[in-house]
Amino acid sequence: MALTRAAIDSIAQLARLELNEAEIPIYQDNLSRILDFVRELDRAATTGVTPMAHPLPGLSQRLRVDVVTEADAHELYQRNAPQVEAGLYLVPKVIE
Amino acid sequence: MSLVNQSLTELAAGLAAREFSSAELTQAYLARIAARGPALNAFVTVAHESALADAQAADHALKRGDGGALTGLPLVHKDIFCTAGLRTTCGSRMLDQFVAPYDATVVAKLKDAGTVLLGKTNMDEFAMGSSSETSYYGAVKNPWNLALVPGGSSGGSAAAVAARLSPVATGTDTGGSIRQPAALCGVTGLKPTYGRVSRYGMIAFASSLDQAGVIATSAADVALLLKAMAGFDPRDSTSVDTPVPDYPALLGESIAGLRIGIVKEFFDKGLDADNARRIEEAISLYTRLGATLQEVSLPNLPLSVPTYYVVAPAECSSNLARFDGVRFGHRCAKPRDLQDLYRRSRGEGFGAEVKRRIMTGTYVLSAGYYDAYYLKAQRVRQLIAKDFADAFSQVELLVAPTTPTPAFPIGAKMADPITMYLNDIYTIGANLAGLPAISIPCGFVQGLPVGLQLVGPHFAEERILNAAHAYQLESAWHREIPQGYA
Repeated sequence: MALTRAAIDSIAQLARLELNEAEIPIYQDNLSRILDFVRELDRAATTGVTPMAHPLPGLSQRLRVDVVTEADAHELYQRNAPQVEAGLYLVPKVIE
Repeated sequence: MSLVNQSLTELAAGLAAREFSSAELTQAYLARIAARGPALNAFVTVAHESALADAQAADHALKRGDGGALTGLPLVHKDIFCTAGLRTTCGSRMLDQFVAPYDATVVAKLKDAGTVLLGKTNMDEFAMGSSSETSYYGAVKNPWNLALVPGGSSGGSAAAVAARLSPVATGTDTGGSIRQPAALCGVTGLKPTYGRVSRYGMIAFASSLDQAGVIATSAADVALLLKAMAGFDPRDSTSVDTPVPDYPALLGESIAGLRIGIVKEFFDKGLDADNARRIEEAISLYTRLGATLQEVSLPNLPLSVPTYYVVAPAECSSNLARFDGVRFGHRCAKPRDLQDLYRRSRGEGFGAEVKRRIMTGTYVLSAGYYDAYYLKAQRVRQLIAKDFADAFSQVELLVAPTTPTPAFPIGAKMADPITMYLNDIYTIGANLAGLPAISIPCGFVQGLPVGLQLVGPHFAEERILNAAHAYQLESAWHREIPQGYA
């Protein structure tokens, strides 16, 4: 299967990834080949097989009580943020 | 014998007997890292100052007589584990400036055990790769031959241990990322059972596959570290609440009568003939030790690589959505609007392989393709897991090669992602089924190390470690040190 340029643009938009002109044909080629390769799975008969939801048999994701367990450390966390003001993360204007 | 050529177990005994101090040991390793590390590019960060402070604290504890089994022993962490106050990059430009606000549970546990952190090791970007070439900080070199890859993604950890720049290292294994580099660098690497070791603070790639483990020069050393790393963690919802055996104490049991399965599908046409001979020789050693052999078949195993390359990219595309250029990580200059900020920050911050996987994952999860790719792969994954379960109803352990070939040249497989992905053909099955597996050195092909893989049922780490230890008591491959590093 050969993915079109439009398909790559659409995947990149869904994935929020900016690709430059030189990258687009490379991803067209690579993704097409990866998708061809994984179609090998069609060989397996899987009717009636439950999709695996957890690698350990009989276990599922453990839930916890919905209570606050962490202390407020936003100042510490925001030291890694690119742009912060008055304890808020700054982004470009969203609503005009 | 110099300090840096001793095993972790020997160093522990030396510290306990006060033959040398943790500060002396730490200085010896830091000097060796400074002299030999740069040519290998095995480190992203060396923690000179904090290592010496850790060592002094350990020496005080030892002097007071309240040291534990690991107090004062140096180690290195793969740069995927968050370390409070010390940069954690995950091999990516995205996290080039990231200083974690907290320690990963693995880091905290080993710190509490009194270990000394020498530094953070280089790796494939976000652990996506089989050669440690995709790092933003450049390719790691194999100490057996600097023109070759060390394997990946935990290539910096494996190269550091092989070159004796650290007696032990942590790693992570999503599709073979501990076992494959351990094999290519001639060291011992264990991927524990899914849920055995906490993933809290370990930067997520594919959450249903990721597991933390150990790279060392022997199974005995792996056992020593694993005991301190394993255990239930309420902060990881996939952590399993089951007791941690005393792994080091359980080594040394006879393996006479151990039922070993030889997986037919692992000895396929892709396996290098010389590699295959080393594996056959290792198997014959097991029979001399009294193990019984039986051929078993895992008919769906040949589908493990395509299954993985749907499931892992799908989970990666979800996990890496958190890198948005807003809360942490790289942000592009002068964003026009929010969309532009997201797209350019991510486009600039991630390297080619990470983008390839995010895009593959986005595609297989997108409307109209989810059933055909993702659900199909999770069904095949169930079949592969059942094949392993059936095998373990007949035998106690499986033996296999770890990789199809020894280490390959840097650059040889970068142009073709599928060729690179096929390096993990023998290791991915254990991740898909959540099983523990180890790679141990079992000989050489043209001067390059070959790895033997042992796979066990869930939570049978002690059985795997004991079988690996039994082999290492009767062989010397794991004691071989690359020329120039002895």
